[in-house]
Amino acid sequence: MDSLLLQVLNGLDKGGAYALIALGLTIIFGTLGVVNFAHGALFMLGAFCTVVLNTLLKSSFQSAEPTGVDFLGRPSFDDILYVNHWFGENVGNFIVDWAVPLSILMAIPVMLIVGYTMERGLIRHFYKRPHADQILVTFGLAIVLQEIIKGYFGANPIPIPAPDAYAGVLDIGTYFGFEPGAVSYPARRFVYFAFSVVVISAVFAFLQFTTFGMVVRAGMADRETVGLLGINIDKRFTTVFGIAAVVAGLAGVMYTPILSPDYHMGMDFLVLSFVVVVVGGMGSLPGAVLAGFLLGILQSFASMNEVKAILPGIDQIIIYLIAVIVILVRPRGLMGRHGVMDT
Amino acid sequence: MTFSNQKQKDYLITALFAVIVLLAPILLQPLGLGFADMVQKLAIFGIFAIGFNILFGLTGYLSFGHAAFLGVGSYAAMWAFKLLSMNPIIALLFAVVFAGLFALIIGFVSLRRSGIYFSILTLAFAEMSYRLAYSVLTPITNGETGLQLVQSDPRIIDTAVFGIDYGAVLPTSSLFGIQMTLYPGFYFCAALLIISFYISVRIFRSPFGLMLRAVKSNQNRMNYTGLHSRPYTLAAFVISGMYAGLAGGLMVVTDPLAGAERMFWTQSGEVVLMTILGGVGTLFGPILGASTIKMAEVKLTEQNYQTLSEAFSFLPLGLQEFMVSVASWFTGDKWHLTIGLLFMVIVIFLPGGLVEGIRRLAKLVKRKITKKDQSDTASTVAAE
Repeated sequence: MDSLLLQVLNGLDKGGAYALIALGLTIIFGTLGVVNFAHGALFMLGAFCTVVLNTLLKSSFQSAEPTGVDFLGRPSFDDILYVNHWFGENVGNFIVDWAVPLSILMAIPVMLIVGYTMERGLIRHFYKRPHADQILVTFGLAIVLQEIIKGYFGANPIPIPAPDAYAGVLDIGTYFGFEPGAVSYPARRFVYFAFSVVVISAVFAFLQFTTFGMVVRAGMADRETVGLLGINIDKRFTTVFGIAAVVAGLAGVMYTPILSPDYHMGMDFLVLSFVVVVVGGMGSLPGAVLAGFLLGILQSFASMNEVKAILPGIDQIIIYLIAVIVILVRPRGLMGRHGVMDT
Repeated sequence: MTFSNQKQKDYLITALFAVIVLLAPILLQPLGLGFADMVQKLAIFGIFAIGFNILFGLTGYLSFGHAAFLGVGSYAAMWAFKLLSMNPIIALLFAVVFAGLFALIIGFVSLRRSGIYFSILTLAFAEMSYRLAYSVLTPITNGETGLQLVQSDPRIIDTAVFGIDYGAVLPTSSLFGIQMTLYPGFYFCAALLIISFYISVRIFRSPFGLMLRAVKSNQNRMNYTGLHSRPYTLAAFVISGMYAGLAGGLMVVTDPLAGAERMFWTQSGEVVLMTILGGVGTLFGPILGASTIKMAEVKLTEQNYQTLSEAFSFLPLGLQEFMVSVASWFTGDKWHLTIGLLFMVIVIFLPGGLVEGIRRLAKLVKRKITKKDQSDTASTVAAE
């Protein structure tokens, strides 16, 4: 029983990442009708926002006065972090320690600008073109973005430490009445799950409770009529694309302590999140979230030794297998609306 | 020159193509790309892209999982080498048949859906094959090491029928005594490329090809007229899978090693890139795109600081440094950036690919010439 709970927990953080990326993809597909293959690249850009901020915070200068002598007897200098110099030792160390959550503040404007630029500069010219063209041009864009990142940051993964406050292990089992130590779970993964829930709720609240969100939802249902009512839907959709980019970026920012970012992490997640979107139903936001968590949890169940003993290799292919079954049996996905991409 | 019928024209096109392919090592010599490995690669990827074009170019079904057939072809050819004989023809037969069967199964399932669902289904199947090849199927695929020839392989036909004993050396594939490496290997690939090209020309012209085009332009209307389109699309899928299998088999014939990375989805992406870059649905497009990408890969990766400095040495010193630093972003190990940008430009401005570009250029030149002729005649008329 406790091992089952552990598997559910293990699936939650990966499921959170799937759900966030798939949510952004679905928003873009549902509103703009664009299949965005560059969405994984946006996830990666978010992760690299953290890398940039982390490097910036760790930038230092040499002390003016020698602080000691090295082993050759020459005077040696200490490296002093700028943040320590500006804010004092305590605050400085705190800021460096909390670099990952702080990156959220940086990632939001950056990803918003990236999203706006992408929509204005490229995507909007592809609204009327067939899906295949959209896939191809965004695929090209993804390659370009990922090569630029590779050019600046190199091909190796860059480890980013989590804040000390959540570097430890949570003994979740005790909350459910198990033995202490039976179900221990890294705190950073739990933080990621909580974070993804917050972001997802924020997106849903935004769409559900604001006038802007209402217009967007109306636009998802019937774009033409909304336009006929005198609402400039194109302008709103640019913002929607920006929001989707921010969601993907935030997913990337917070995922860095779990997976060291490298230039092809976007492509790795892209394929999976497309599968998630299809399983959830093209254009269905709750479907994307549900399918994200569901597939994350199923994947971690499939990697249990007991399951692998019965069906060898199932952990590698479970997600794709489910996608194939869903597409064949119920093409509109788990929660897709009737008649939307139903063939 | 006019031709009375289409067939003669096709023969001429194929003959022209054959001449270009067979002379490729000489034609590419000035570019420094005439070496055997390179032209072999061009021919092999040409076959792969031509096959992909039969599916995507004619029916419009965008498969993102063609690399799986490449991989299956490679493994099948490798096992034919290990178990039966080092004769490439047997290995290629194996590769084509197995890839075809595999394509039949995947196509039968995937073709129940169209559009993006089809793309995702093929992608999912290819990804499953890739992952299984790395994990559970290790006895067949030898996992990460890749499948290799070993001295103790049985090679039944070789030992029993021909009585060849390879002794202590690892055998290379040989066609009745001709080693399939270097230029002989290339001419073997080239012969198959020409045959594949001719077959694709025949398919393009045939009523079958016309049916496939009908699927692309309006499948609903086709169904309403009472035609069942799936057998046609399935046939196209299997044919293009067999082409991919042939390409995978040839990779093994020229270099006996088969690894699972050939099935990774970026490999499928590459063949999509090639076909789009050259021109979807055209005869020469895929091979043009395949050779452009493969040649650009070699040319761009071999550039380094020194060669770039030499290339820009005609500029004043400061400007030279600047140009070198700009160009270094697009060459060396960053060559994918160039390909990505080129690909985006093509999709945005030239959806017909390089072939359409050439066609437009030719039209422009032609119009200019005729305009000049007209103005010439006009001026002479005025003078009279």
